[in-house]
Amino acid sequence: MRFSGFRVFKEGLTGNKGWTPHWRDPEPKSEYDIIIIGGGGHGLSTAYYLAKEHGLTNVAVLEKGYIGGGSIGRNTTIVRANYFLQGNSEFYSHSLKLWEGLEEDLNYNVMHSQRGIINLFHSDGQRDAAARRGNMMISQGDDAILLGRDELRKMLPYLNFDDLRFPLYGGLYHPRGGTARHDAVAWGFARGADQRGVDLIQNCEVIGIDIENGAVRGVQTTRGPIRAKKVAMVAAGRSGQVAAMAGMRLPIESHVLQAFVTEGLKPCIDHVVTFGMGHFYISQSDKGGLVFGGDLDFYASYAARGNLPTVENVMEAGVALMPMIGKAKVLRSWGGIMDMSPDGSPIIDKTHIDGLFLNCGWNYGGFKAVPGSGNVFAHLIATGRYHENATKFRLDRFRTGRGVMDEEGKGSQHNLH
Amino acid sequence: MRITCPHCGERDRREFYYRGAATDLERPAPDAGEEAWDNFVFLRENPAGETRDLWYHEGGCGAWIVVARNTVTHEVLGTQLASEARS
Ligand SMILES: Cc1cc2nc3c(=O)[nH]c(=O)nc-3n(C[C@H](O)[C@H](O)[C@H](O)COP(=O)(O)OP(=O)(O)OC[C@H]3O[C@@H](n4cnc5c(N)ncnc54)[C@H](O)[C@@H]3O)c2cc1C
Ligand SMILES: [Zn+2]
Repeated sequence: MRFSGFRVFKEGLTGNKGWTPHWRDPEPKSEYDIIIIGGGGHGLSTAYYLAKEHGLTNVAVLEKGYIGGGSIGRNTTIVRANYFLQGNSEFYSHSLKLWEGLEEDLNYNVMHSQRGIINLFHSDGQRDAAARRGNMMISQGDDAILLGRDELRKMLPYLNFDDLRFPLYGGLYHPRGGTARHDAVAWGFARGADQRGVDLIQNCEVIGIDIENGAVRGVQTTRGPIRAKKVAMVAAGRSGQVAAMAGMRLPIESHVLQAFVTEGLKPCIDHVVTFGMGHFYISQSDKGGLVFGGDLDFYASYAARGNLPTVENVMEAGVALMPMIGKAKVLRSWGGIMDMSPDGSPIIDKTHIDGLFLNCGWNYGGFKAVPGSGNVFAHLIATGRYHENATKFRLDRFRTGRGVMDEEGKGSQHNLH
Repeated sequence: MRITCPHCGERDRREFYYRGAATDLERPAPDAGEEAWDNFVFLRENPAGETRDLWYHEGGCGAWIVVARNTVTHEVLGTQLASEARS
């Protein structure tokens, strides 16, 4: 089934009875060339690009719950390429370019909206840092504009320009940044992979990884054993448990990040806006809800729900920055499990076990990386070589100390990134 | 979440700063080698379930505390001064 304007029109006139399921629900086969553990954004995009760019379709994605139930369906949907360090910047730039062609590529409306991101700054020091970051973005080939206070006032008149404690000096504007519909991204990649022959197997938890003579042979699952020549671990917040099945300890600590959405309002916030004092960021969904969030709860957690001090902290920061949102009623809040790495940058690499690959360490920025990560990871799995835009996400950078990519210079404490 | 400081009693989680896994108490010798330091600085057990982590009673007495906790339920199982946990 292909989507088109004509199709939507026709279905609208005929009671929407012609739509079919977006993917099959196959039984697992006893053997695949490649098994992907984890049916989140990264697992699905990896499967999609394996099939599309490398012709590898004897592939299964094993998901312990349902497609879209992990962080891919819980994030605040921000898509951007405003990284500073080499290693990260070419990768996120690559990913943003894939986003820009994604809807046509997938024949799926992921509601990618390049509404622009504005990172506010509140001091001379922050302005210098923003200018420096903007220059790095431009030299990477992406876009950045330094806004002064007056330009900012024209674009975001609702901000609290009278705040004496956190004065607004300006913002770093990244026009190609924006948002996308997170669920649709999972569904679009799932459908694209399925159409090319990949088996998406839900309710199938991997409970063991079979290794013989230093090479991977397959996995044990709640739906029986499955053999495979290659296995890719793409379990985001659960990466630690999955890697432990292969006897590995990872440089990952899992933390809870919360998000919030208000009742639907008329359009009032046109961009993605981030506060530079206290952690708060916000955008408005197409349904009208204000979608916002802030810091981690800061303690290791797998609960996928947070505690009230963080809720209070986020609300306070939001109302300090834009008092008008104080009138909106919050409808829902939730949490997701974040795979925090010691330098805030991801890991996309082989492991010391033959045929076993690792993709994790997305911190709270893994949504924008979904197309890029699947694309470069598929390249690594298919060819055994690093993609030119992902040469630095090496697992051994921590052990050797060479190539650690700490964007914000926070040091090796996992929860500080 | 409420944490019992061995000195100050049961307090709001907001009084405490979180450092990370209690492996932080097992600092290797300077010349212990790459692997030992990798283990100490970066690698984590990261259990889904019971864990021991290190908190600092920043808004109270200033003690470092080892908290036994469940990462799935957020239940606090017990606390101990880091100085005692280490000895
Ligand atoms: C509140 C919140 C806000 C965020 N905001 C943003 C944002 O604005 N921009 C951005 O770029 N990023 C954001 N992120 C981060 C982003 O959502 C994640 O980094 C990204 O989704 C993680 O990759 P994933 O989609 O593959 O993970 P997931 O969707 O979590 O996929 C992992 C999958 O693996 C499965 N799995 C685990 N163990 C097993 C097993 N043993 N067997 C089989 N399957 C298993 C899980 O069930 C899960 O479905 C946010 C995250 C949260 C929680
Ligand atoms: Zn105390």
